[in-house]
Amino acid sequence: MNPLTYEKATSSTDALERHDGDAAKFLGAGTNLVDLMREGIATPTRLIDVTGLAQSIEEQSDGGLRIGAGVSNTAVAEDATVRAQYPALSRAILAGASAQIRNMATVGGNILQRTRCSYFYDVAGSRCNKRSPGEGCDAIGGFNRAHGILGVSDSCIATHPSDMAVALSLYDAVINVESDEGTRSIPINDFYVLPEDTPDIENQLNPGELIVSVDLPAPSANRRATYRKVRDRASYAFALVSVAGSLIIKDGLVVDAGISLGGVAPKPWRAIEAEAAIVGSPPTEETFRNAAQIALADATTQPGNVFKTELAQRVIVAVLQDLAGDAQ
Amino acid sequence: MTNIKPNSSSHKSDPNRRQVLAGSAAVAAIGAFGLPVGAQTTAAPAASGAFASLGVPHVRRDGAEKARGGAKFAAEYSYPGMVYGALVYSTIARGTITSLETAEAEAAPGVVLVMTHENAPRLERPEPFYSSPTGMAGSSTPVMQDAEVLWNGQPVAVVLASTQEEADHAATLINVAYEEADAVTSFDVAAESAQTSFYAGRDLLIEEGDAEAALADAEVSVDLSFNTPAHNHNQIEPHAVTVLWKDGILRMHDCSQGVDLSAITIAKVFGISSAEVHLSAEYVGGGFGGKTVWQYHILAAAASQLADRPVRMSLTREGVFRICGARAPTRQRVALGSDRKGRLTSLIHTGTTMKIENNSMTEPFFEQSEHMYRADNMHLEIRAGTMDMLANTFMRAPGAATGTFTLEVALDELAERLAIDPIELRVRNEPDVNPTTGREHSQRASVDAYREGARRFGWVPRSGQRQGYREGEWQVGTGMAAAYYPYKRFPGGAARITLDREGGALIETAAADMGMGTTTATAAVASERLGIPYDAIEVRHGDNTLPGALIAAASQQTAAIGASLTAAHEVLLAELASLVPATSPLHGLPAAELGTAEGALYSLADPHQRIPLIDLVAWSESGTVSAEGQGGPISEWTQDWSMHSTGAVFTEVRVNSVTGEIRVPHITAIYDCGKILNSKLAESQFRGGIIMALGMTLMEGASFDERNGRVMNPSFGSYYMPTHLDVPHIDVGWTDIPDPQAPTGARGIGEIGMSGPAAAISNAIYDATGKRARDLPIRLDALM
Ligand SMILES: Cc1cc2nc3c(=O)[nH]c(=O)nc-3n(C[C@H](O)[C@H](O)[C@H](O)COP(=O)(O)OP(=O)(O)OC[C@H]3O[C@@H](n4cnc5c(N)ncnc54)[C@H](O)[C@@H]3O)c2cc1C
Repeated sequence: MNPLTYEKATSSTDALERHDGDAAKFLGAGTNLVDLMREGIATPTRLIDVTGLAQSIEEQSDGGLRIGAGVSNTAVAEDATVRAQYPALSRAILAGASAQIRNMATVGGNILQRTRCSYFYDVAGSRCNKRSPGEGCDAIGGFNRAHGILGVSDSCIATHPSDMAVALSLYDAVINVESDEGTRSIPINDFYVLPEDTPDIENQLNPGELIVSVDLPAPSANRRATYRKVRDRASYAFALVSVAGSLIIKDGLVVDAGISLGGVAPKPWRAIEAEAAIVGSPPTEETFRNAAQIALADATTQPGNVFKTELAQRVIVAVLQDLAGDAQ
Repeated sequence: MTNIKPNSSSHKSDPNRRQVLAGSAAVAAIGAFGLPVGAQTTAAPAASGAFASLGVPHVRRDGAEKARGGAKFAAEYSYPGMVYGALVYSTIARGTITSLETAEAEAAPGVVLVMTHENAPRLERPEPFYSSPTGMAGSSTPVMQDAEVLWNGQPVAVVLASTQEEADHAATLINVAYEEADAVTSFDVAAESAQTSFYAGRDLLIEEGDAEAALADAEVSVDLSFNTPAHNHNQIEPHAVTVLWKDGILRMHDCSQGVDLSAITIAKVFGISSAEVHLSAEYVGGGFGGKTVWQYHILAAAASQLADRPVRMSLTREGVFRICGARAPTRQRVALGSDRKGRLTSLIHTGTTMKIENNSMTEPFFEQSEHMYRADNMHLEIRAGTMDMLANTFMRAPGAATGTFTLEVALDELAERLAIDPIELRVRNEPDVNPTTGREHSQRASVDAYREGARRFGWVPRSGQRQGYREGEWQVGTGMAAAYYPYKRFPGGAARITLDREGGALIETAAADMGMGTTTATAAVASERLGIPYDAIEVRHGDNTLPGALIAAASQQTAAIGASLTAAHEVLLAELASLVPATSPLHGLPAAELGTAEGALYSLADPHQRIPLIDLVAWSESGTVSAEGQGGPISEWTQDWSMHSTGAVFTEVRVNSVTGEIRVPHITAIYDCGKILNSKLAESQFRGGIIMALGMTLMEGASFDERNGRVMNPSFGSYYMPTHLDVPHIDVGWTDIPDPQAPTGARGIGEIGMSGPAAAISNAIYDATGKRARDLPIRLDALM
């Protein structure tokens, strides 16, 4: 880890003022950033701690919920409104990391956590276009069990590892950011950008921009939602495949469907076409199978992750069947 | 359909029963198992009341200190002026260093020294295991002596700085350029030139009759192949050493499994006498075969010498993966032929493993196949290829961990073809004498372990039909396998007994306690031998200035200490005899006619004639009576007897039909390991081994990138081991029948837990799903 200074911001304005260029970085709980610094992947010389900011979860006049960027993952998962109205979010958070890490980790930091690709982590010994643009990608042709099959490119097959973000994507959350130029709101489903040939650019945030909160739109009546995560051990492992799914069924037909996938893409992957294919159909296995096929139609696999296409389809079907069963 | 209820009483351990097994003499255990009286063995030395220490579940002597954080580990010693070390590791598998840019690192804050092959002191090559009786190094590769790189991860520079952070940072400022040479980093390529190998002084080739022909002629047969990956050492305590050169002595606080051999090996590297090395390791945070001599010791001592400063070198987790040895990958073939009744006519267990050029350790994965079952014809052979990789080395249950997996899956498959219950098949092939050596078993009750395990688990016998059933998405099945580990005893054991005026005794032996309870077991054995209460016995260990040159390996240390104590006790009796006053009826009796019990010296012929030990000590000139003994010949293992531990492991497995996820909700294991000296320690050793095996079965494996020989998961974040949620209730038990040929009746318990669970789980997966899993780790994509 390189020499650095640490300071704690007192307000978002204060944080933005202190952020004076590329060498500065906002610090959440540090459960990801400090690891990246230890590995020499992130090398800020000035850390501005923002954990003291934006600590509340507030219901909005439109019925939605605003979650401060500094709220801990645990606090979100345990919030009564979140559990009742956005159960997939609560479940997704609880399926991630460990209790200790969730107690520390912040919402802002979770959204911005970086990939767990082991070649990305191996600064000394491996090539990585995300870390050093143009260098090449050793994950292609190497160990890529954890890697993506949707939205990936020839230069990068890394996934975004967050569970929480997959649920936020299902609920069409909106990320509110602040900078010297003012504030803006970015839907999470537009927030992350695909790697193409610039995998070092991961999202729409400009340098020095601060995430202040996340908005969840008002819950829809009769919407059932859940989150299911598949991994290589019972706990404390990143998703091989995860599915946040939701259904609204009326008079025997699906009137609204949501599918967001984790562990398979550089971002939480909303399967828009698959969702569309379900709406208007009866909630049958056949309907869901068809949708699952559509969701994975464009999958491009590596030898280490071929199984993910089939696995993702099976989990989509199982999740939707569960939801349909609950609804009946 | 079976009806295995996870909570039925047969699954639960019965604490009362275990107490009986653990806390009583052999007779009770034999009674409980319904063994023929002939199986009873010579009784352990008489002991009773406060003096009965063996079999008592004493709590671990180091437990409280560890829980309080008071136990001092190698990286917790400090000296004035001490600096911290960081290592730079190579990023190529083979080649030459062409340039080393160190100026920036040397100028970095706090840096005291950058050492590379250009300025390192000239050192001898370390002596690896088997190259000499004292070799304790993982390889003989020269330590930073030239520009040659022999594996991806080899240390190429050492940085010493005032703080660990400064050292770590400066290490990132060093630039190394290489000229790459052709490296062998592919198993397939290396396998092409693999040769029949050797291990521990013998060729890994056994042929009896014509096994291939017998297989071809067999009425029923299976012929299977298996793959197992490399496994990296991951003790909870990463390797560390604190070094000080002072007054002509190289002082090392280490985490060694064998302090004497480590000291001797390191002394030879520096060209000094072993008396000039004082190496201790009071607490060791896990060993498992990996806490031996690796480059970090030597680099720390060399850099300390060069900088003239005390040094602490504490490896990062990545550092352990890069330099501290791994269990070798294997490809195995097991073919079994039998007649219709299940009598084995052919047993073939062959395959290939990998080693490095600079050691003579070959993963001996056919050992259990030599000893477990009788077969008319046998072919056992291990070929080793050579790869440019991190040194392969010992890891808990070398050979048997993966070898039992393959053999026991093959037995299950054969049982299915024969439509015979898997236990019955094993019973039918239970050997009367050792199948390959013809020697008599010193003690063997495998069949009792199978039967008792079946009873406690609630095993439903089967004859070729799967018993698995479905519960929602989950496919549930059960499986069993035998467990195996050899008895071993290494030479070099010694111990000193010193009696004090208060009626207590000090036991000193250079043994290691890596957390398995050596001091606790030693105190119990000494208490029993001496007839001195357990609490009045102090044990000093883990220091090469103490008697003996033991290594805690191959589950033999407790036996070796037992033999040493017996020898020291004999010397002690002679000492005590010389102190007996002329007026005593004991006067003039030779040591052989004396014993100690209940705090007194007594006549074996007339136990009522006795003198309290405190009196004898008081009459001595120095006020203490001290005696030292050597472990003596180890003929019991080397020549006369077939001495092996066995066991039976039963598991329930659930496989998710949607995702292929595997859960193991229950394990029962019964072991036949001779006498159990302390039920608490034993349970913990067995369970720990089983958990480690669970990890090996379902998740563990080095991601060895064959393109450049680099391990790509050198962290707990990516090298998976079981979490609490993965570990079920594990019911363990034992036959507790003393082995009359083993010094304390005990054969060793540290490693057998690694043997059996993998096959039992794989067999249960088959029972649940109808799919055979023959490659480790067994992960969900294999079962989708
Ligand atoms: C062992 C381990 C296992 C894990 N397992 C899982 C898992 O299974 N599932 C899962 O989803 N996650 C998992 N995680 C990741 C964990 O969820 C993240 O590390 C955590 O959410 C990051 O939050 P943080 O507050 O610590 O962020 P930090 O590490 O502090 O920051 C992360 C990034 O966000 C930036 N940042 C932080 N706050 C702001 C802000 N307000 N505005 C702008 N930028 C900001 C930082 O500059 C940094 O770049 C695991 C982590 C570990 C260490």
